[in-house]
Amino acid sequence: MSELLVNEKEIVVPGEEIARGMDFLPSLGTFREGESIYAKKLGIVEVKKHVIKVIPLRGYYMPKRGDTVIGVVTNIGFSGWTVDIGAPYDVNLPVGEAVRERVELLRSDLSKYFDIGDVVVANIFNVTKSKLIQLSMRDYGLRKLKGGRVIKISPSKVPRLIGKGGSMVSMIKEYTNCEINVGQNGYIWINGPIEGQYLVEKAVDLIEEKAHTSGLTDTIKQMLEKGVKNE
Amino acid sequence: MSERPDGRKFDEMRPIEAKVGVIEQADGSAMFKIGKTIAIAGVYGPKQVHPKHLEDPEKAILRCYYDMYSFSVPERERPGPDRRSIELSMVIKNALLPAVFVKEYPKSQIEIFVSIIQADAGTRCAAISAASMALADAGIAMKDIVSSVAVGHVNNKVVVDLNKEEEDVEGTTDIPLAYMPRMKKITLLQLDGKMPKDKLREAIALGTKSCEKIYEVQKKALKDRYNTSGE
Repeated sequence: MSELLVNEKEIVVPGEEIARGMDFLPSLGTFREGESIYAKKLGIVEVKKHVIKVIPLRGYYMPKRGDTVIGVVTNIGFSGWTVDIGAPYDVNLPVGEAVRERVELLRSDLSKYFDIGDVVVANIFNVTKSKLIQLSMRDYGLRKLKGGRVIKISPSKVPRLIGKGGSMVSMIKEYTNCEINVGQNGYIWINGPIEGQYLVEKAVDLIEEKAHTSGLTDTIKQMLEKGVKNE
Repeated sequence: MSERPDGRKFDEMRPIEAKVGVIEQADGSAMFKIGKTIAIAGVYGPKQVHPKHLEDPEKAILRCYYDMYSFSVPERERPGPDRRSIELSMVIKNALLPAVFVKEYPKSQIEIFVSIIQADAGTRCAAISAASMALADAGIAMKDIVSSVAVGHVNNKVVVDLNKEEEDVEGTTDIPLAYMPRMKKITLLQLDGKMPKDKLREAIALGTKSCEKIYEVQKKALKDRYNTSGE
């Protein structure tokens, strides 16, 4: 007989038993030992039919193939760039995946395409077992972001920042008149009027702090309305 | 009737206090206080390994730094690492290692810094309890939380959580013990002194029972960090 031992949305600590029995399946953030499913991380339980997940409350970004991320160029190599995407590994962006034209590697200076400190939107197209991570920019919308700056949020809170169908980001964009670009890795690129940028930053901080509570959209809305009036 | 110098029962620990999220810059942090002993742990990572040759392509490496502050004991302790603190760093690392899913983070390192700001015996146990909470707070995948306490044999009696006064009694045996309550596994067992075999069994049973009590405190501290700020 299978049974759930904790309620949905409850906070669990690593090693806490979530469910007993083989009718449930362990998903991200959980593991099975014997008949039971245990939490792997400190986080919030999510149950979808019989699949159990734990959404972590904190932690670093672990690169996943197919994720669209925002990165900052940290180094220029012979045939590509090293990009910081907030993961504990070096991430590589090869020339062939980033530039459309033909590049003579021996003769050209790669910094004319991307220089150190430039911000790019890219796709993770390969993650090997030994954590060699490669980015690609061969897709629609993948480009260099000019101007603006990068702020950060925990990657596990990105879904809350985006909201259902992008509702949260579009609301923030509307109130602040800023361009906002959110990567799956928790890097957020913003550009626009200074007052707006300041307000976006405040909203992001608030989401970071209160991501696990309900009624988040209303809280953010109130904060933004107050912020806009004060300007 | 109690025969312990501070009037406790033989199976009674000193008052315990635990708090998570005490260091803002750390990825995870915790404070653990038992009686007059206070340990503060900060966790950084997973991140890239430097120097590179220590890197393990299959799993994360754990690095631990135990530090007793110069003002933590009545007679000034010389600051910086010494023989004792280097050994304790290793002991703490080995006690925590079985609880961490190191294979989830290949080619990376997790750094743990434990500071003892006030010492009254049982510092390594307080350090382990604090460090395992800090690891969970950092969002690191773990099999279980590690709880730790010292048991001992003082004046022919098995006692738990010795303080400095008891530790210094002639012929005292001190047994630091770390335990994973869910898996019912001991991760650290040291013995300093002599004692009969049956008393040792009794001591270990008392130690594991006390660790379960500590586990409840740790669990509550981890959950409280998010529950209170959410209301």
